[in-house]
Amino acid sequence: MSTAPTRGLHMQPTTPFSSYQLGASYDEMFSAASVPRHHYAALHRHLLDLPDEQMRRRKSVADQSFLHQGITFTVYGRDEGTERIFPHDLVPRIITSPEWSRVEQGLEQRIRALNEFLKDIYHEGRILNDNVVPREMVHSCRHFRREMRGIDVPKGIYITVVGTDLIRLPSGEFVVLEDNLRVPSGVSYMLTSRQVMKRVFPEWFRQTSVKPIEHYPQALLATLRSLAPEGRPDPTIVLLSPGVFNSAYFEHAFLARQMGIQLVEGRDLVVNDNILYMRTTTGLERVDVIYRRVDDDFIDPLAFRSDSILGVPGVFNAYRSGNVTLANAIGTGVADDKALYAYVPRIIRYYLNEDPILNNVETFLMTEDKERQHVIENLDKYVVKAVGESGGYGMLIGPHSTAQERAEFKDRILADPRNYIAQPTIQLSTAPCFIDGAIEPRHIDLRPYILFGDKVTIVPGGLTRVALKKGSLVVNSSQGGGSKDTWVVNE
Amino acid sequence: MLSRVADNLYWMSRYLERAEHTARLLDVQLGLILESGQEAGDGRWLRLVQCLGITAKPPPTEDHSRLIHWLAFDAASRSSIVSAISVARENARQVREMISSEMWEQVNRMYHEARALSAGGYQDRDPQDFLQTVITGSHLFRGLLAATMNHGEGWQFIRLGRYIERAGLVSTLLDVHFREYLPDGQTEIEQGDHLEWIGLLKSFTAFEAYCKVYTAELRAGRIAEFLLLNREFPHSVRYAVDNIQIALEKLPEGASTQGSSRLHRLSGRLQASLNFSQMDEILADGLSTYLADVQRQCIQIHHVLHQVYIDYPIETAIEA
Repeated sequence: MSTAPTRGLHMQPTTPFSSYQLGASYDEMFSAASVPRHHYAALHRHLLDLPDEQMRRRKSVADQSFLHQGITFTVYGRDEGTERIFPHDLVPRIITSPEWSRVEQGLEQRIRALNEFLKDIYHEGRILNDNVVPREMVHSCRHFRREMRGIDVPKGIYITVVGTDLIRLPSGEFVVLEDNLRVPSGVSYMLTSRQVMKRVFPEWFRQTSVKPIEHYPQALLATLRSLAPEGRPDPTIVLLSPGVFNSAYFEHAFLARQMGIQLVEGRDLVVNDNILYMRTTTGLERVDVIYRRVDDDFIDPLAFRSDSILGVPGVFNAYRSGNVTLANAIGTGVADDKALYAYVPRIIRYYLNEDPILNNVETFLMTEDKERQHVIENLDKYVVKAVGESGGYGMLIGPHSTAQERAEFKDRILADPRNYIAQPTIQLSTAPCFIDGAIEPRHIDLRPYILFGDKVTIVPGGLTRVALKKGSLVVNSSQGGGSKDTWVVNE
Repeated sequence: MLSRVADNLYWMSRYLERAEHTARLLDVQLGLILESGQEAGDGRWLRLVQCLGITAKPPPTEDHSRLIHWLAFDAASRSSIVSAISVARENARQVREMISSEMWEQVNRMYHEARALSAGGYQDRDPQDFLQTVITGSHLFRGLLAATMNHGEGWQFIRLGRYIERAGLVSTLLDVHFREYLPDGQTEIEQGDHLEWIGLLKSFTAFEAYCKVYTAELRAGRIAEFLLLNREFPHSVRYAVDNIQIALEKLPEGASTQGSSRLHRLSGRLQASLNFSQMDEILADGLSTYLADVQRQCIQIHHVLHQVYIDYPIETAIEA
């Protein structure tokens, strides 16, 4: 019998995977065409057995559930109707526990080193005196806060909540793409996505030992409690949100409810004699810890941007006096600066005297003449990022760019080299996604959430973000990305 | 409870009450024009604007459909039903976590329905469908409020908002109506005005309830008594004030003890006046004076409520 498929005669049975094309990227499910990796084998079988209409039905149940819970985000830069349901993919992403424990160790190492770095640059500045990190690089960062110099923060913890973006290289190695040390968001999608998946595919959870993540709110609360000012054994903790117009308002409300703490806005808080209070109907109530989801710039119009109406006048002085804890601390953004990122391996070695467990993506600094020259001549091969931007804005993806865009970026780089870095185009790994009735590979990344208080806590997995557009490498929700549930399983 | 949250709940409720009241008033007026079989004069429309306590300048009254548009659909007019619903929804949106999701969905649905019906121009539109939708939507909201939310502190602020608004709206309408149809010295209803007095009662869905108490014989004094002093009718001023008093008793003591007791004194005094006054004496002393006094006291209660629970100066409230 001929192996060449001939139309009509040797019809291959169509499976949901019929159109699954492996590319140059690492694929999470398949090690080779139609050969699932061991930890994906059970899911692969399930998907083969699940009739198409079943999958569609469950997809619609899941979508309804997201809709009713109002799990939405706001897209900036468009007019009305900017509130959208967060796109969600049903096929879970699976990571084995040995893989995960290495990631976990690497993240803990990185977070401890970055925290040491922050403590150092806001105090003696040893790493700057030793010329391991250029002083110029730190002081020119727009997130560096002179006001924080010499201030001791509770337990020396600057970065309480971190979301680190990891990607998987074609070799299968996890590397760090970006650290988010200011106000990382997305954890509510991780939690609600798991809730919905359990409702839609209970049988998958019965048959697989997926590590739980549901304790994240309790862990966050315990972490925040551990940072309360001295002498406040039963601290009042609040979540400070910019308000309903913020794109992550759903998440703020969700986390506050899950932790059982008040969701406050700047106008609910007042400072008197360096003590922070919230206005309640029964009078002023002292506040000890703020989990703030308001950026540094806006948190105190007396200390930072005076035009801010989101903040609390005087809160910085209350903070400096040690009467209230802010989590994260002020000025942490200097350590997730995209140019400083290139120095993180050196930072880890400097403070911990260890080799980094998780590597960085190769990064070219546009402040270095040679590196800049090289990148500008090869812009079509690189991804150029503006240092101060996030959310996938202000980026040039070389291979997908037009000559005009490249010319534009060249001018921008030359005008302000400190504001740009370049990285080689990286093939993010792909994972199976349910697209229009079939299963197709799409590019993904991974954002685990790290909590740092008395100890470091990382719930297993994190938020897997998906570039739902075919071939796209941009996973940000503002740019057409979605999410999927992330399972850490014992093999 | 956060002061801001209490404030949002209070205003959400006031604006919904206002939207419903405006819708019913407009609906009754449109009905009256049909029944009387004549085109309404400018006076009727000007009075309607007065009844609603609107201080903004209405568009010229010669073009009636334009005025109706202004009162019902015009999102740019702060006095319109659509605006009231938008403000109610905006308040609800900020406290989504405090109200039940059913309540949120209902107020959100009302908003979207109102927006959809108000799109487009103002000519040749039959507003009565819209008015009915608003009235029914508001009833549904109140049902959900009673059935799905904890009857705790937040609920009491919602109750306060509704009844403070209602007491003001009823007394304003009574005042305007009596001044027009029962000028000084007159005690009996003029034959030709019958429909107008039925309209007054219908503006509060009070016609049937009135008939059950006094029979269908309409007397101005009885109508005033019913809408002002009746203990059992939900749209009477007394009923509203009784509810204000109950809600205040259920609230915890506010930021300043002094303010709290002042608040209780104010609402207790108003309640006592409504409970023990005689209608003939009120009429003899001048209904208008009495109603103006009720309105003034309601405004005072509103201000002191805010001073005690929401806008208190921080010096008075630093915890010991």
